[in-house]
Amino acid sequence: MNTTEPKLVCRGVWKLFGPNAAETLRRLGPEADPAALVAARLVPAVRNIDLAVREGEIFVIMGLSGSGKSTLVRCLSRLIEPTAGEILFHGRNLLTASDAEMIALRRHKMGMVFQHFALLPHMTVLQNVAFPLEVQGMPRTEREERAARMVSLVGLSGREGAFPRQLSGGQQQRVGIARSLAADPELWFLDEPFSALDPLIRREMQDEFIRLQSVLKKTIVFITHDFDEAIRLADRIAIMKDGAVVQAGTPEDLVLNPATDYVREFTRAVARAKVAKAGSVMSPADGVAERPHVATRTSVAEAAPLFRAGTEAVAVTGADGRVVGQLDRATVVDLMLGG
Amino acid sequence: MWIAATLVFAALWLWGGEVLPWAFEVPRAWRPPFAAWISGVLDWLTKEAHFGLFTFRDLTRFISAVIDVPYQIALGLLSGGATVFGVPVPPVGWLGVTLLVALLGFVLSGLPLAALAGGAFFFIAIFGQWTSAMLTLASILVAVPLGVGGGLLLGIAGHRWTGFGRAIVPFLDLMQTIPIFAYLVPILILFGFGPTSAMIATLIYAMPPMTRITMLALQRVPDEIVDLGRMIGCTPRQMTWRVMVPSAQEALMVGVNQVIMLSLNMVIIASMIGAGGLGFDVLSALRRLDFGAGLEAGFAIVALAIALDRLSQAAARRRPAAPVSNEGIVGRHPFLLSALTVLILATLAGLAVPAVQTYPETGRLSTGTFWSEVVEYININYFDEIEAAKNAVLLNVLIPVKRFLISLPWLGVAGLLTLAGWRLGGPRLALLAGGLTVLVASTGLWEEAMTTVYLCGIAVLIAMLIGLPIGILVAERDRLWASVRVIIDTLQTLPAFVYLMPAVMLFRVGDFTAMIAIVAFALAPAIRYTVLGLRGVDPALIEAGKAMGCTPWQIVTRIRLRLAMPEILLGLNQTIMFALSMLVITALVGTRDLGQEVYIALTKADAGRGLVAGLCVAFIAIIADRLIHAAASRSRAQLGLSDGGGHDAA
Repeated sequence: MNTTEPKLVCRGVWKLFGPNAAETLRRLGPEADPAALVAARLVPAVRNIDLAVREGEIFVIMGLSGSGKSTLVRCLSRLIEPTAGEILFHGRNLLTASDAEMIALRRHKMGMVFQHFALLPHMTVLQNVAFPLEVQGMPRTEREERAARMVSLVGLSGREGAFPRQLSGGQQQRVGIARSLAADPELWFLDEPFSALDPLIRREMQDEFIRLQSVLKKTIVFITHDFDEAIRLADRIAIMKDGAVVQAGTPEDLVLNPATDYVREFTRAVARAKVAKAGSVMSPADGVAERPHVATRTSVAEAAPLFRAGTEAVAVTGADGRVVGQLDRATVVDLMLGG
Repeated sequence: MWIAATLVFAALWLWGGEVLPWAFEVPRAWRPPFAAWISGVLDWLTKEAHFGLFTFRDLTRFISAVIDVPYQIALGLLSGGATVFGVPVPPVGWLGVTLLVALLGFVLSGLPLAALAGGAFFFIAIFGQWTSAMLTLASILVAVPLGVGGGLLLGIAGHRWTGFGRAIVPFLDLMQTIPIFAYLVPILILFGFGPTSAMIATLIYAMPPMTRITMLALQRVPDEIVDLGRMIGCTPRQMTWRVMVPSAQEALMVGVNQVIMLSLNMVIIASMIGAGGLGFDVLSALRRLDFGAGLEAGFAIVALAIALDRLSQAAARRRPAAPVSNEGIVGRHPFLLSALTVLILATLAGLAVPAVQTYPETGRLSTGTFWSEVVEYININYFDEIEAAKNAVLLNVLIPVKRFLISLPWLGVAGLLTLAGWRLGGPRLALLAGGLTVLVASTGLWEEAMTTVYLCGIAVLIAMLIGLPIGILVAERDRLWASVRVIIDTLQTLPAFVYLMPAVMLFRVGDFTAMIAIVAFALAPAIRYTVLGLRGVDPALIEAGKAMGCTPWQIVTRIRLRLAMPEILLGLNQTIMFALSMLVITALVGTRDLGQEVYIALTKADAGRGLVAGLCVAFIAIIADRLIHAAASRSRAQLGLSDGGGHDAA
């Protein structure tokens, strides 16, 4: 699924806060030294970011507070004007788009979910969900009919007439999700959508999100500070620290080959067996037939029960059903026990 | 540093008289003729300013004429007798208006409010104050939408263009601190004598708070809501009207309530430039020493104020109700339709049955004579006691303080205030405090200014001395606070004018009367802020105090009062502001301060003199406000309640 064209590309994007930011950056060049920036009284929020988000994937940007992840997602949607760089959407640089083009793009191609829901308090659930369509000038009956479909999609049928204050946090975020989907966007930004929710509700909402994405197949940029959430949801993750991307890759890449100690610190608590896929830890097949077999995309933890009967190895098969390698008992035990 | 400064000051005061006479009274030659300049500009505006096709005077008269139309319509509907373009406006009649108000109360909050609002209007009708009250209400009905609309637009502009926002803030400060009489004069000159001028004055008075609240409310709209608006592709116009303003609605409605109450306050005072209405009734009754009639009109003001306040507060608190049904017009707007029905029926019935239109003479009650007799009885039987108390305070407190303050050299006072500004807030504050003091002195109104400070200072001191203990007593008792709160809320809605009456009745005119009225008016904020400060103290700290074995007295003095200090300082600030605004009104009872100067200018239609004296009051208010704010944020920083602010310059 990761072979399609990139939909959103971000090249050399900088965001500096402070006086004469653009000029200073041009003078210092794209490899500007943080110390030199601080000397120029600039606060680097986002530093020289290169990313490519592919069609239909869930791209998670993970970082602790102050890492610049929220600034980055606002640069991607141009809610914040980047100091330098290019943001290409379908190959078109958003930073050179006029106000009118941006309004059109946001109305029809982008949707966003906010950490604190950002529901309008004076509108009902249905009116909130229909609001983006109303802004576009869609006639009332049509937009309300579409909004009602979105409300039922997120499982809130029957609460259309309620006001945001009458809903629980989880329900409010469902409204936020329904609203962001109302205009059927291609690109879906979620800025820490579940961070303000209780842990149990958060889990439930993550499941709901996975279910929705399996139906909708949107291109998603998902921001979170929770590494477990990132691992659970992501096709690919970019880890940010001090405004720069430390490492980007699949959850498996990060867990098995952390690039720095910083990344290793996050992955330490992750059960590697749940993340590592059979395809990436297998050894060459030794040719023994008549073994149980698993697909390359099966996680080691899922394959583990097959070894209960004392099996020494399990065949790994590719997409076409042919054996491409084997999963050894020693590898599985190592990953399962090594945590 | 303070000791040295005080010594220098004392030396200047005691021996400076001969050496530096100009430190005590600014020589005439040094005084810039501010008053003449202002009068000159106004003269030029009214006589010569020209926009090619029409003169400035034409413009102002045109504005008056435009505003007059809705006023006449409102007046005609409410009390009858008005014509618009020669067509008489059919009056709704007292019964119709009362029912409409009750219906509004019911829609906004339910039966109790309906009873209160309807009752208040019924009360006004029974006591024969209907015509005057409706004159007042008509002015408010026109001034409030204009004030709210104008303030909202200015506030939105100030929010959208930060430069514009920064530029208007000093003007808003000035508008709110200049005494209202001061700008009545130029308005009178520009717009002529009559109700429209009064309405324009009301607008100027009531718009700044709305502007300020709008800017604040828009600024407080969460960033995420703004991001949402942009993400769904709102145009700037949609952003303002569909996202920002509705999100800030609750705070904006507080502003509407303020505009209504300030308008009422102003309309009462503006009676003096020909608006007529309840204020005029009170004033002329006071002049005739007809206390009964004055009190009745006063009660009508109180009834009107309470009804308007509760209605607008209910509107502010109201939240969108259950989803609207879609059963046609009747289903969607049941209340609008019933209001229209009442309106039409009452108007028609009024044409047939005069008693529905005008409250019948025979059904009227009057307690005027009763009140006159009560006041007379008190004045006859307790004259000696009242007089003795009044004279004792006058001779032992008021007059010595006044003499002392007037004898102070302006140079020394300016120096001390500069020092205070320096210590509390740094060089900018020092410059502001010193500079404004010198400006006040250079107008030649130093004696009047010090009289103002003396009257205001004593009144504030007394208000704080009464307010603090009450606040301390009430703060810990929830139920007591609930009832005290209702009382001070109500007191604060009453126009300043109302406070003057009982004081005049018992003590006649003079400084003492003015002081009593100011204390009464300024007491509410003193109590309110004390209680808010004390109740805001972290309960964990009080528990910690108890655990350490503090006595209740120690808890109050060592913990609660210390931590509530910033709030109490702000309360002091509010008390001073209230006192200053009341002070100007007490000019009506013959004080000799800046207020009197403004009032004289008003009667002589001398715009320059009025504005200069008014600006002096504003400067005094600004100096006090900035110094106390600096002190409050410093004490807050010292207590670690917030960061920033108080840096010690020493």
